[in-house]
Amino acid sequence: MTDLTSLTISQASKRLKAKEFSAVELTESYLSVIERANQTLNAFVVRNDDQAREMAKASDVKLAKGEGGTLEGIPLGIKDLFGTRDVHTQACSHILDGFKPRYESTVTQNLWDDGAVMLGKLNMDEFAMGSSNETSYYGPVINPWRNAGSNQALVPGGSSGGSATAVAARLCAGATATDTGGSIRQPAAFTGTVGIKPTYGRCSRWGIVAFASSLDQAGPIARDVRDAAIMLKSMAGVDAKDTTSVDMPVGDYESAIGKSVKGMKVGIPKEYRIDGMPEEIEALWQKGIEWYRDAGAEIVDISLPHTVYALPAYYIVAPAEASSNLARYDGVRYGLRVDGNDITDTYEKTRAAGFGDEVRRRILIGTYVLSSGYYDAYYLRAQKVRTLIKRDFENVFNDGIDMILTPSTPSAAFAIGDEEMAADPVKMFLNDVFTVTVNMAGLPGISVPAGLDKGGLPLGLQLIGKPFAEEDLFQAAHVIEQAAGGFIADKWW
Amino acid sequence: MSVDIDTVKRVAKLARIALDDEKASTMQGELNTILGFIDQLNEVDIDGVAPMTSVVDTAMKKRKDVVDDGDRAEDVVANAPEVEDNFFMVAKVIE
Repeated sequence: MTDLTSLTISQASKRLKAKEFSAVELTESYLSVIERANQTLNAFVVRNDDQAREMAKASDVKLAKGEGGTLEGIPLGIKDLFGTRDVHTQACSHILDGFKPRYESTVTQNLWDDGAVMLGKLNMDEFAMGSSNETSYYGPVINPWRNAGSNQALVPGGSSGGSATAVAARLCAGATATDTGGSIRQPAAFTGTVGIKPTYGRCSRWGIVAFASSLDQAGPIARDVRDAAIMLKSMAGVDAKDTTSVDMPVGDYESAIGKSVKGMKVGIPKEYRIDGMPEEIEALWQKGIEWYRDAGAEIVDISLPHTVYALPAYYIVAPAEASSNLARYDGVRYGLRVDGNDITDTYEKTRAAGFGDEVRRRILIGTYVLSSGYYDAYYLRAQKVRTLIKRDFENVFNDGIDMILTPSTPSAAFAIGDEEMAADPVKMFLNDVFTVTVNMAGLPGISVPAGLDKGGLPLGLQLIGKPFAEEDLFQAAHVIEQAAGGFIADKWW
Repeated sequence: MSVDIDTVKRVAKLARIALDDEKASTMQGELNTILGFIDQLNEVDIDGVAPMTSVVDTAMKKRKDVVDDGDRAEDVVANAPEVEDNFFMVAKVIE
Protein backbone atom coordinates (compact mmCIF):
# COMPACT_ATOMS: atom_id res chain seq x y z
CA MET A 1 0.00 0.00 0.00
CA THR A 2 1.11 3.56 -0.71
CA ASP A 3 2.50 5.56 2.17
CA LEU A 4 -0.57 7.71 2.77
CA THR A 5 1.52 10.58 4.11
CA SER A 6 3.14 10.96 0.69
CA LEU A 7 -0.13 12.20 -0.81
CA THR A 8 -0.90 15.87 -1.35
CA ILE A 9 -4.20 17.27 -0.09
CA SER A 10 -5.75 17.12 -3.55
CA GLN A 11 -4.57 13.52 -4.13
CA ALA A 12 -5.73 12.35 -0.70
CA SER A 13 -9.11 14.07 -1.10
CA LYS A 14 -9.82 12.26 -4.36
CA ARG A 15 -8.89 8.90 -2.92
CA LEU A 16 -10.85 9.47 0.29
CA LYS A 17 -13.91 10.26 -1.80
CA ALA A 18 -13.26 7.11 -3.89
CA LYS A 19 -13.08 5.20 -0.56
CA GLU A 20 -9.66 3.77 -1.38
CA PHE A 21 -8.80 4.33 2.28
CA SER A 22 -10.56 5.90 5.24
CA ALA A 23 -9.98 9.22 6.98
CA VAL A 24 -9.10 7.25 10.13
CA GLU A 25 -6.40 5.34 8.23
CA LEU A 26 -5.01 8.58 6.84
CA THR A 27 -4.95 10.23 10.27
CA GLU A 28 -3.37 7.15 11.87
CA SER A 29 -0.61 7.23 9.25
CA TYR A 30 0.23 10.79 10.23
CA LEU A 31 0.01 10.10 13.96
CA SER A 32 2.51 7.26 13.65
CA VAL A 33 4.89 9.40 11.57
CA ILE A 34 4.66 12.19 14.15
CA GLU A 35 5.31 9.64 16.90
CA ARG A 36 8.54 8.60 15.19
CA ALA A 37 9.79 11.95 13.90
CA ASN A 38 8.73 14.66 16.29
CA GLN A 39 11.35 14.03 18.94
CA THR A 40 14.00 14.81 16.33
CA LEU A 41 12.30 17.64 14.44
CA ASN A 42 10.34 19.28 17.30
CA ALA A 43 7.65 20.58 14.94
CA PHE A 44 4.63 19.80 17.13
CA VAL A 45 4.48 21.22 20.66
CA VAL A 46 1.21 19.47 21.42
CA ARG A 47 -0.29 16.35 19.92
CA ASN A 48 -3.98 16.00 19.64
CA ASP A 49 -4.24 12.27 18.91
CA ASP A 50 -7.56 11.50 20.57
CA GLN A 51 -9.44 14.44 19.14
CA ALA A 52 -7.84 13.83 15.73
CA ARG A 53 -9.15 10.26 15.73
CA GLU A 54 -12.63 11.50 16.66
CA MET A 55 -12.58 14.12 13.91
CA ALA A 56 -11.42 11.52 11.37
CA LYS A 57 -14.19 9.15 12.44
CA ALA A 58 -16.76 11.89 11.93
CA SER A 59 -15.28 12.54 8.47
CA ASP A 60 -15.62 8.88 7.58
CA VAL A 61 -19.32 9.00 8.46
CA LYS A 62 -19.78 11.90 6.07
CA LEU A 63 -17.60 10.40 3.34
CA ALA A 64 -19.54 7.12 3.54
CA LYS A 65 -22.68 9.05 2.69
CA GLY A 66 -20.96 10.81 -0.18
CA GLU A 67 -20.97 14.05 1.81
CA GLY A 68 -18.22 16.17 3.27
CA GLY A 69 -16.41 19.43 2.69
CA THR A 70 -13.42 20.34 0.54
CA LEU A 71 -11.00 19.24 3.26
CA GLU A 72 -12.98 16.29 4.58
CA GLY A 73 -10.68 13.96 6.50
CA ILE A 74 -7.50 15.92 5.69
CA PRO A 75 -5.06 16.02 8.66
CA LEU A 76 -3.61 19.46 9.31
CA GLY A 77 -1.15 21.01 11.74
CA ILE A 78 -2.14 24.30 13.39
CA LYS A 79 0.36 26.99 14.39
CA ASP A 80 0.25 27.58 18.15
CA LEU A 81 -0.83 31.20 17.49
CA PHE A 82 -4.36 30.12 16.51
CA GLY A 83 -6.90 29.88 19.33
CA THR A 84 -8.24 26.31 19.42
CA ARG A 85 -11.03 25.53 21.86
CA ASP A 86 -9.86 23.65 24.96
CA VAL A 87 -6.51 22.90 23.29
CA HIS A 88 -3.08 24.34 24.21
CA THR A 89 -2.78 27.85 22.67
CA GLN A 90 0.32 29.55 23.99
CA ALA A 91 2.03 31.33 21.09
CA CYS A 92 5.00 29.21 22.22
CA SER A 93 5.51 31.62 25.11
CA HIS A 94 6.11 30.81 28.78
CA ILE A 95 3.77 33.64 29.76
CA LEU A 96 0.75 31.79 28.35
CA ASP A 97 1.45 28.63 30.38
CA GLY A 98 -1.61 26.44 30.57
CA PHE A 99 -3.81 28.66 28.38
CA LYS A 100 -6.67 26.81 26.72
CA PRO A 101 -9.17 29.19 25.14
CA ARG A 102 -12.92 28.71 25.39
CA TYR A 103 -13.27 29.77 21.78
CA GLU A 104 -12.08 28.80 18.31
CA SER A 105 -10.36 31.17 15.89
CA THR A 106 -12.42 31.92 12.79
CA VAL A 107 -9.77 30.57 10.42
CA THR A 108 -9.49 27.21 12.16
CA GLN A 109 -13.28 27.00 12.52
CA ASN A 110 -13.52 27.48 8.74
CA LEU A 111 -11.14 24.54 8.26
CA TRP A 112 -13.10 22.28 10.64
CA ASP A 113 -16.34 23.30 8.93
CA ASP A 114 -14.81 22.05 5.68
CA GLY A 115 -13.95 18.72 7.31
CA ALA A 116 -10.25 19.06 8.22
CA VAL A 117 -8.73 17.08 11.10
CA MET A 118 -6.43 18.72 13.69
CA LEU A 119 -3.29 16.69 14.39
CA GLY A 120 -1.88 19.12 16.95
CA LYS A 121 -0.31 22.52 17.55
CA LEU A 122 2.86 23.58 15.81
CA ASN A 123 6.01 25.16 17.16
CA MET A 124 6.82 28.79 16.30
CA ASP A 125 8.91 31.73 17.42
CA GLU A 126 7.54 33.16 20.66
CA PHE A 127 4.59 35.43 19.76
CA ALA A 128 5.69 35.06 16.11
CA MET A 129 8.74 37.23 16.78
CA GLY A 130 11.73 35.75 15.01
CA SER A 131 13.00 34.40 11.71
CA SER A 132 14.52 31.08 12.81
CA ASN A 133 12.08 29.51 15.28
CA GLU A 134 14.81 29.75 17.91
CA THR A 135 12.89 32.11 20.20
CA SER A 136 10.25 29.45 21.01
CA TYR A 137 9.84 28.52 24.67
CA TYR A 138 9.67 24.93 23.41
CA GLY A 139 13.08 24.96 21.75
CA PRO A 140 14.12 25.22 18.11
CA VAL A 141 12.55 23.30 15.23
CA ILE A 142 14.90 21.33 12.98
CA ASN A 143 14.76 21.77 9.21
CA PRO A 144 14.41 18.42 7.41
CA TRP A 145 16.87 19.81 4.84
CA ARG A 146 20.63 19.63 5.49
CA ASN A 147 23.65 20.61 3.44
CA ALA A 148 24.91 17.72 1.33
CA GLY A 149 27.29 15.56 3.37
CA SER A 150 26.66 17.50 6.57
CA ASN A 151 24.91 16.58 9.81
CA GLN A 152 24.64 20.17 10.99
CA ALA A 153 21.11 21.07 12.09
CA LEU A 154 19.59 23.99 10.17
CA VAL A 155 16.74 26.30 11.10
CA PRO A 156 13.45 26.00 9.20
CA GLY A 157 13.03 29.78 9.26
CA GLY A 158 10.40 31.56 11.27
CA SER A 159 8.19 32.43 12.76
CA SER A 160 6.11 29.58 11.26
CA GLY A 161 9.03 27.15 11.54
CA GLY A 162 6.97 24.29 12.96
CA SER A 163 4.46 24.65 10.14
CA ALA A 164 7.19 24.61 7.48
CA THR A 165 9.06 21.62 8.91
CA ALA A 166 5.85 19.65 9.51
CA VAL A 167 4.76 20.14 5.90
CA ALA A 168 8.22 19.53 4.39
CA ALA A 169 8.81 16.38 6.48
CA ARG A 170 5.26 15.15 5.83
CA LEU A 171 4.12 15.20 9.42
CA CYS A 172 0.86 16.78 8.23
CA ALA A 173 -0.86 17.27 4.89
CA GLY A 174 -0.81 21.05 5.24
CA ALA A 175 -0.46 23.64 7.99
CA THR A 176 -1.80 27.00 9.03
CA ALA A 177 0.70 29.79 9.51
CA THR A 178 0.76 33.54 10.00
CA ASP A 179 2.87 36.27 8.43
CA THR A 180 3.63 39.69 9.96
CA GLY A 181 6.91 40.44 8.16
CA GLY A 182 7.66 37.23 6.27
CA SER A 183 6.74 34.48 8.74
CA ILE A 184 4.97 32.32 6.13
CA ARG A 185 7.13 32.99 3.07
CA GLN A 186 10.62 32.82 4.59
CA PRO A 187 10.12 29.41 6.28
CA ALA A 188 8.40 28.13 3.13
CA ALA A 189 11.47 29.17 1.12
CA PHE A 190 13.83 27.50 3.63
CA THR A 191 11.99 24.16 3.48
CA GLY A 192 10.99 23.77 -0.18
CA THR A 193 7.30 24.36 0.53
CA VAL A 194 4.71 26.80 -0.82
CA GLY A 195 3.52 29.60 1.46
CA ILE A 196 1.11 32.42 0.73
CA LYS A 197 0.37 35.53 2.75
CA PRO A 198 -2.92 36.82 1.41
CA THR A 199 -3.96 40.48 1.17
CA TYR A 200 -4.51 42.15 4.55
CA GLY A 201 -8.17 41.59 5.41
CA ARG A 202 -8.58 38.41 3.32
CA CYS A 203 -8.52 36.13 6.40
CA SER A 204 -10.11 36.98 9.71
CA ARG A 205 -7.65 37.65 12.51
CA TRP A 206 -10.25 36.85 15.15
CA GLY A 207 -9.02 34.33 17.70
CA ILE A 208 -5.40 34.50 16.53
CA VAL A 209 -2.98 35.76 19.19
CA ALA A 210 -2.16 39.30 18.06
CA PHE A 211 1.41 40.44 17.34
CA ALA A 212 1.14 43.56 15.12
CA SER A 213 -2.50 44.00 14.20
CA SER A 214 -2.02 46.17 11.11
CA LEU A 215 0.40 43.63 9.58
CA ASP A 216 -0.71 40.16 10.77
CA GLN A 217 -2.37 37.83 8.25
CA ALA A 218 -3.04 34.10 8.31
CA GLY A 219 -2.24 31.84 5.37
CA PRO A 220 -1.31 28.25 4.57
CA ILE A 221 2.01 26.45 4.15
CA ALA A 222 1.50 23.53 1.77
CA ARG A 223 3.38 21.00 -0.35
CA ASP A 224 2.41 22.48 -3.68
CA VAL A 225 0.58 25.41 -5.24
CA ARG A 226 -2.69 23.52 -5.63
CA ASP A 227 -2.79 22.50 -1.96
CA ALA A 228 -2.09 26.10 -0.91
CA ALA A 229 -5.01 27.23 -3.12
CA ILE A 230 -7.36 24.64 -1.59
CA MET A 231 -6.39 25.60 1.95
CA LEU A 232 -6.57 29.37 1.45
CA LYS A 233 -10.04 29.09 -0.07
CA SER A 234 -11.22 27.42 3.12
CA MET A 235 -9.40 29.80 5.48
CA ALA A 236 -10.39 33.10 3.80
CA GLY A 237 -13.59 35.10 4.07
CA VAL A 238 -15.28 37.99 5.77
CA ASP A 239 -16.01 37.73 9.50
CA ALA A 240 -18.24 39.98 11.60
CA LYS A 241 -15.83 39.45 14.52
CA ASP A 242 -12.93 41.13 12.68
CA THR A 243 -13.90 44.55 11.33
CA THR A 244 -10.73 44.64 9.20
CA SER A 245 -11.74 41.48 7.34
CA VAL A 246 -12.92 42.43 3.88
CA ASP A 247 -16.35 41.68 2.45
CA MET A 248 -15.37 40.44 -0.98
CA PRO A 249 -16.10 37.06 -2.52
CA VAL A 250 -13.32 34.49 -2.06
CA GLY A 251 -11.96 33.46 -5.45
CA ASP A 252 -11.88 29.93 -6.80
CA TYR A 253 -8.12 29.82 -6.44
CA GLU A 254 -7.68 26.27 -7.64
CA SER A 255 -9.32 27.00 -10.99
CA ALA A 256 -6.69 29.68 -11.68
CA ILE A 257 -3.99 27.00 -11.73
CA GLY A 258 -2.96 26.00 -15.23
CA LYS A 259 -4.18 29.16 -16.93
CA SER A 260 -1.66 30.72 -19.29
CA VAL A 261 0.34 33.75 -18.17
CA LYS A 262 0.75 34.88 -21.77
CA GLY A 263 0.71 38.66 -21.98
CA MET A 264 0.99 39.15 -18.22
CA LYS A 265 3.37 41.92 -17.22
CA VAL A 266 5.87 40.76 -14.59
CA GLY A 267 7.82 43.54 -12.89
CA ILE A 268 11.45 43.07 -11.77
CA PRO A 269 12.33 45.64 -9.10
CA LYS A 270 15.95 46.78 -9.25
CA GLU A 271 15.99 47.65 -5.53
CA TYR A 272 15.78 43.95 -4.62
CA ARG A 273 19.30 43.42 -5.95
CA ILE A 274 21.05 44.02 -2.64
CA ASP A 275 24.71 44.12 -1.61
CA GLY A 276 26.13 40.85 -0.45
CA MET A 277 23.35 38.76 -1.96
CA PRO A 278 24.74 35.35 -2.96
CA GLU A 279 25.23 34.85 -6.69
CA GLU A 280 23.03 31.79 -6.53
CA ILE A 281 20.04 33.87 -5.49
CA GLU A 282 20.66 36.26 -8.38
CA ALA A 283 20.99 33.29 -10.76
CA LEU A 284 17.74 31.79 -9.45
CA TRP A 285 15.97 35.10 -10.00
CA GLN A 286 17.26 35.19 -13.59
CA LYS A 287 16.00 31.67 -14.09
CA GLY A 288 12.56 32.74 -12.90
CA ILE A 289 12.61 35.63 -15.36
CA GLU A 290 13.43 33.19 -18.18
CA TRP A 291 10.61 30.86 -17.16
CA TYR A 292 8.09 33.69 -17.40
CA ARG A 293 9.53 34.91 -20.67
CA ASP A 294 9.25 31.38 -22.08
CA ALA A 295 5.65 31.21 -20.87
CA GLY A 296 4.83 34.33 -22.86
CA ALA A 297 4.82 36.90 -20.07
CA GLU A 298 6.30 40.33 -20.61
CA ILE A 299 9.23 41.16 -18.33
CA VAL A 300 9.44 44.81 -17.28
CA ASP A 301 12.17 46.47 -15.20
CA ILE A 302 10.57 48.53 -12.45
CA SER A 303 11.62 50.65 -9.50
CA LEU A 304 10.24 50.62 -5.95
CA PRO A 305 12.42 53.40 -4.56
CA HIS A 306 11.46 53.15 -0.87
CA THR A 307 12.20 49.42 -0.57
CA VAL A 308 15.27 49.95 1.61
CA TYR A 309 13.20 51.78 4.22
CA ALA A 310 10.61 49.05 4.67
CA LEU A 311 12.59 47.05 7.20
CA PRO A 312 13.54 49.96 9.50
CA ALA A 313 9.95 51.28 9.32
CA TYR A 314 8.70 47.80 10.16
CA TYR A 315 10.92 47.73 13.26
CA ILE A 316 9.04 50.76 14.55
CA VAL A 317 5.50 49.83 13.55
CA ALA A 318 5.58 46.15 14.53
CA PRO A 319 7.16 46.58 18.00
CA ALA A 320 4.89 49.56 18.70
CA GLU A 321 1.79 47.50 17.99
CA ALA A 322 3.26 44.52 19.83
CA SER A 323 3.99 46.55 22.96
CA SER A 324 0.33 47.49 23.03
CA ASN A 325 -1.04 44.03 22.17
CA LEU A 326 1.18 42.28 24.70
CA ALA A 327 0.20 44.60 27.54
CA ARG A 328 -2.62 42.17 28.32
CA TYR A 329 -0.19 39.55 29.69
CA ASP A 330 -0.21 40.76 33.25
CA GLY A 331 -0.41 37.63 35.37
CA VAL A 332 -4.00 38.38 36.31
CA ARG A 333 -6.25 37.13 33.55
CA TYR A 334 -4.45 34.15 32.09
CA GLY A 335 -1.20 32.24 32.02
CA LEU A 336 1.80 32.64 34.24
CA ARG A 337 1.77 34.61 37.50
CA VAL A 338 4.83 35.37 39.59
CA ASP A 339 3.65 36.91 42.85
CA GLY A 340 5.34 40.14 43.97
CA ASN A 341 5.06 42.54 46.92
CA ASP A 342 2.23 44.46 45.30
CA ILE A 343 0.31 44.46 42.04
CA THR A 344 2.95 46.42 40.08
CA ASP A 345 5.66 44.12 41.35
CA THR A 346 3.55 41.13 40.27
CA TYR A 347 3.17 42.60 36.79
CA GLU A 348 6.88 43.29 36.48
CA LYS A 349 8.04 39.94 37.80
CA THR A 350 5.49 38.00 35.74
CA ARG A 351 6.44 39.75 32.53
CA ALA A 352 10.18 39.45 33.22
CA ALA A 353 9.83 35.70 33.79
CA GLY A 354 7.26 35.05 31.08
CA PHE A 355 8.71 36.82 28.03
CA GLY A 356 11.86 35.64 26.27
CA ASP A 357 14.70 37.97 25.22
CA GLU A 358 13.43 38.76 21.70
CA VAL A 359 9.91 39.56 22.88
CA ARG A 360 11.27 41.70 25.71
CA ARG A 361 13.50 43.63 23.28
CA ARG A 362 10.60 44.34 20.97
CA ILE A 363 8.27 45.42 23.76
CA LEU A 364 10.91 47.85 25.00
CA ILE A 365 11.54 49.24 21.50
CA GLY A 366 7.79 49.60 21.02
CA THR A 367 7.30 51.27 24.37
CA TYR A 368 10.17 53.65 23.65
CA VAL A 369 9.01 54.74 20.19
CA LEU A 370 5.51 55.38 21.49
CA SER A 371 6.64 57.20 24.63
CA SER A 372 6.06 60.87 25.18
CA GLY A 373 8.36 63.07 23.09
CA TYR A 374 9.40 60.32 20.67
CA TYR A 375 6.10 59.49 19.01
CA ASP A 376 6.49 61.98 16.14
CA ALA A 377 10.15 61.19 15.52
CA TYR A 378 9.58 57.46 15.28
CA TYR A 379 6.05 56.16 14.99
CA LEU A 380 4.53 58.98 12.97
CA ARG A 381 7.53 59.11 10.65
CA ALA A 382 7.36 55.33 10.13
CA GLN A 383 3.67 55.51 9.23
CA LYS A 384 4.46 58.21 6.68
CA VAL A 385 7.22 56.09 5.19
CA ARG A 386 4.71 53.26 5.06
CA THR A 387 2.46 55.44 2.90
CA LEU A 388 5.40 55.95 0.53
CA ILE A 389 6.15 52.21 0.38
CA LYS A 390 2.55 51.48 -0.52
CA ARG A 391 2.57 54.28 -3.09
CA ASP A 392 5.61 52.70 -4.82
CA PHE A 393 3.56 49.57 -5.43
CA GLU A 394 0.46 51.52 -6.50
CA ASN A 395 2.53 53.39 -9.06
CA VAL A 396 3.85 50.26 -10.77
CA PHE A 397 0.46 48.56 -10.71
CA ASN A 398 -1.10 51.71 -12.23
CA ASP A 399 1.54 51.53 -14.94
CA GLY A 400 0.12 48.16 -15.98
CA ILE A 401 2.34 45.71 -14.05
CA ASP A 402 0.32 42.62 -13.07
CA MET A 403 2.71 41.18 -10.51
CA ILE A 404 6.25 41.45 -9.20
CA LEU A 405 8.89 38.72 -9.10
CA THR A 406 11.64 38.74 -6.45
CA PRO A 407 13.72 36.25 -4.47
CA SER A 408 11.94 35.15 -1.25
CA THR A 409 14.99 35.41 1.00
CA PRO A 410 18.56 36.71 0.71
CA SER A 411 20.01 33.29 1.65
CA ALA A 412 19.19 29.61 2.12
CA ALA A 413 18.55 28.14 5.60
CA PHE A 414 21.32 28.78 8.14
CA ALA A 415 22.59 26.82 11.12
CA ILE A 416 20.87 26.67 14.47
CA GLY A 417 22.78 28.89 16.89
CA ASP A 418 24.34 31.03 14.12
CA GLU A 419 26.72 33.23 16.11
CA GLU A 420 26.55 36.33 13.95
CA MET A 421 22.78 36.41 14.08
CA ALA A 422 22.71 35.73 17.81
CA ALA A 423 25.11 38.60 18.44
CA ASP A 424 23.32 41.17 16.27
CA PRO A 425 19.51 41.33 16.27
CA VAL A 426 19.55 43.42 13.05
CA LYS A 427 21.31 40.57 11.14
CA MET A 428 18.37 38.33 11.95
CA PHE A 429 15.94 41.05 10.83
CA LEU A 430 17.56 41.08 7.38
CA ASN A 431 16.04 37.67 6.62
CA ASP A 432 12.81 39.51 5.95
CA VAL A 433 14.26 42.17 3.65
CA PHE A 434 12.31 40.91 0.58
CA THR A 435 9.12 39.92 2.35
CA VAL A 436 8.45 42.78 4.77
CA THR A 437 7.57 45.34 2.08
CA VAL A 438 4.52 43.22 1.23
CA ASN A 439 3.16 43.39 4.80
CA MET A 440 3.83 47.11 5.01
CA ALA A 441 1.73 47.61 1.86
CA GLY A 442 -0.91 45.00 2.79
CA LEU A 443 -0.39 43.08 -0.47
CA PRO A 444 -0.55 39.35 -1.17
CA GLY A 445 2.74 37.46 -1.62
CA ILE A 446 3.54 33.83 -2.33
CA SER A 447 6.82 31.93 -2.01
CA VAL A 448 7.34 29.00 -4.36
CA PRO A 449 10.29 26.58 -4.32
CA ALA A 450 12.38 27.33 -7.38
CA GLY A 451 15.68 25.49 -7.03
CA LEU A 452 18.47 24.20 -4.80
CA ASP A 453 21.69 25.95 -3.86
CA LYS A 454 25.10 24.33 -4.26
CA GLY A 455 24.75 22.65 -0.87
CA GLY A 456 21.43 21.18 -1.97
CA LEU A 457 19.24 23.50 0.13
CA PRO A 458 15.95 24.81 -1.26
CA LEU A 459 15.54 28.41 -2.41
CA GLY A 460 12.30 30.21 -3.17
CA LEU A 461 11.02 32.91 -5.47
CA GLN A 462 8.36 35.36 -4.35
CA LEU A 463 5.49 36.78 -6.37
CA ILE A 464 3.80 39.95 -5.14
CA GLY A 465 0.31 40.72 -6.40
CA LYS A 466 -2.22 43.53 -6.46
CA PRO A 467 -4.62 43.73 -3.52
CA PHE A 468 -6.96 40.71 -3.55
CA ALA A 469 -5.32 39.28 -6.70
CA GLU A 470 -4.52 35.96 -5.01
CA GLU A 471 -5.87 34.13 -8.08
CA ASP A 472 -3.19 35.75 -10.24
CA LEU A 473 -0.54 34.59 -7.78
CA PHE A 474 -1.69 30.97 -7.87
CA GLN A 475 -1.85 31.12 -11.66
CA ALA A 476 1.66 32.51 -11.95
CA ALA A 477 3.15 30.43 -9.12
CA HIS A 478 2.20 27.32 -11.01
CA VAL A 479 4.53 28.38 -13.85
CA ILE A 480 7.50 28.30 -11.46
CA GLU A 481 6.37 25.00 -10.00
CA GLN A 482 6.03 23.42 -13.45
CA ALA A 483 9.46 24.63 -14.51
CA ALA A 484 11.33 23.94 -11.27
CA GLY A 485 9.61 20.73 -10.17
CA GLY A 486 9.04 19.75 -6.55
CA PHE A 487 11.71 19.38 -3.88
CA ILE A 488 11.65 16.77 -1.13
CA ALA A 489 14.31 16.40 1.56
CA ASP A 490 16.06 13.03 1.77
CA LYS A 491 14.73 11.36 4.88
CA TRP A 492 17.34 11.08 7.68
CA TRP A 493 15.16 11.71 10.72
CA MET B 1 19.28 58.51 18.53
CA SER B 2 20.61 56.29 21.26
CA VAL B 3 19.42 55.51 24.76
CA ASP B 4 21.31 55.67 28.07
CA ILE B 5 20.91 53.17 30.87
CA ASP B 6 18.41 55.34 32.77
CA THR B 7 16.18 55.57 29.71
CA VAL B 8 16.28 51.79 29.33
CA LYS B 9 15.19 51.41 32.96
CA ARG B 10 12.47 54.04 32.58
CA VAL B 11 11.08 52.34 29.47
CA ALA B 12 11.18 48.95 31.21
CA LYS B 13 9.21 50.49 34.05
CA LEU B 14 6.63 51.84 31.58
CA ALA B 15 6.41 48.38 30.00
CA ARG B 16 6.12 46.72 33.43
CA ILE B 17 9.05 44.40 32.86
CA ALA B 18 11.50 43.96 35.74
CA LEU B 19 15.08 44.48 34.56
CA ASP B 20 18.14 44.07 36.79
CA ASP B 21 21.27 46.16 36.19
CA GLU B 22 23.05 43.48 34.22
CA LYS B 23 20.07 42.85 31.93
CA ALA B 24 19.53 46.59 31.53
CA SER B 25 23.08 47.03 30.35
CA THR B 26 22.84 44.18 27.78
CA MET B 27 19.50 45.55 26.66
CA GLN B 28 20.97 49.03 26.23
CA GLY B 29 23.49 47.76 23.69
CA GLU B 30 20.88 45.77 21.79
CA LEU B 31 18.35 48.59 21.72
CA ASN B 32 20.98 51.00 20.45
CA THR B 33 21.87 48.64 17.62
CA ILE B 34 18.21 48.51 16.61
CA LEU B 35 17.71 52.26 17.00
CA GLY B 36 20.82 52.85 14.90
CA PHE B 37 19.28 50.74 12.15
CA ILE B 38 15.99 52.59 12.40
CA ASP B 39 17.75 55.95 12.09
CA GLN B 40 17.99 55.48 8.30
CA LEU B 41 14.42 56.69 8.13
CA ASN B 42 15.65 60.21 8.78
CA GLU B 43 16.93 60.28 5.17
CA VAL B 44 13.39 60.02 3.79
CA ASP B 45 11.62 63.17 2.67
CA ILE B 46 8.20 62.90 4.32
CA ASP B 47 7.04 66.48 3.71
CA GLY B 48 3.35 66.54 2.93
CA VAL B 49 2.97 62.76 3.23
CA ALA B 50 -0.03 61.54 5.22
CA PRO B 51 0.64 58.81 7.77
CA MET B 52 -0.91 55.47 6.93
CA THR B 53 -4.01 54.69 8.92
CA SER B 54 -5.34 51.70 7.01
CA VAL B 55 -3.51 49.55 4.53
CA VAL B 56 -6.68 48.58 2.63
CA ASP B 57 -9.15 51.23 1.51
CA THR B 58 -12.32 50.36 3.35
CA ALA B 59 -15.07 52.23 5.07
CA MET B 60 -15.28 51.59 8.80
CA LYS B 61 -17.86 48.89 9.41
CA LYS B 62 -20.62 49.64 11.85
CA ARG B 63 -22.85 47.26 13.72
CA LYS B 64 -26.16 47.71 15.48
CA ASP B 65 -25.79 48.91 19.06
CA VAL B 66 -27.29 45.79 20.59
CA VAL B 67 -26.12 43.09 22.96
CA ASP B 68 -25.50 39.97 20.88
CA ASP B 69 -23.11 38.07 23.10
CA GLY B 70 -22.16 37.84 26.73
CA ASP B 71 -23.15 36.19 30.00
CA ARG B 72 -20.00 34.08 29.93
CA ALA B 73 -18.23 35.08 33.12
CA GLU B 74 -17.03 31.53 33.70
CA ASP B 75 -15.43 31.36 30.25
CA VAL B 76 -13.80 34.74 30.77
CA VAL B 77 -12.10 33.76 34.03
CA ALA B 78 -11.48 30.12 33.08
CA ASN B 79 -7.78 30.67 32.45
CA ALA B 80 -6.98 33.05 35.31
CA PRO B 81 -4.30 32.03 37.82
CA GLU B 82 -6.56 32.92 40.76
CA VAL B 83 -10.36 33.28 40.72
CA GLU B 84 -13.11 33.62 43.29
CA ASP B 85 -16.82 33.76 42.40
CA ASN B 86 -15.94 34.66 38.81
CA PHE B 87 -13.71 37.55 39.90
CA PHE B 88 -10.02 37.86 39.08
CA MET B 89 -8.06 37.80 42.31
CA VAL B 90 -5.04 40.05 42.88
CA ALA B 91 -3.09 41.31 45.89
CA LYS B 92 -4.73 44.18 47.75
CA VAL B 93 -4.36 47.39 45.72
CA ILE B 94 -5.99 49.97 48.05
CA GLU B 95 -4.82 50.34 51.65
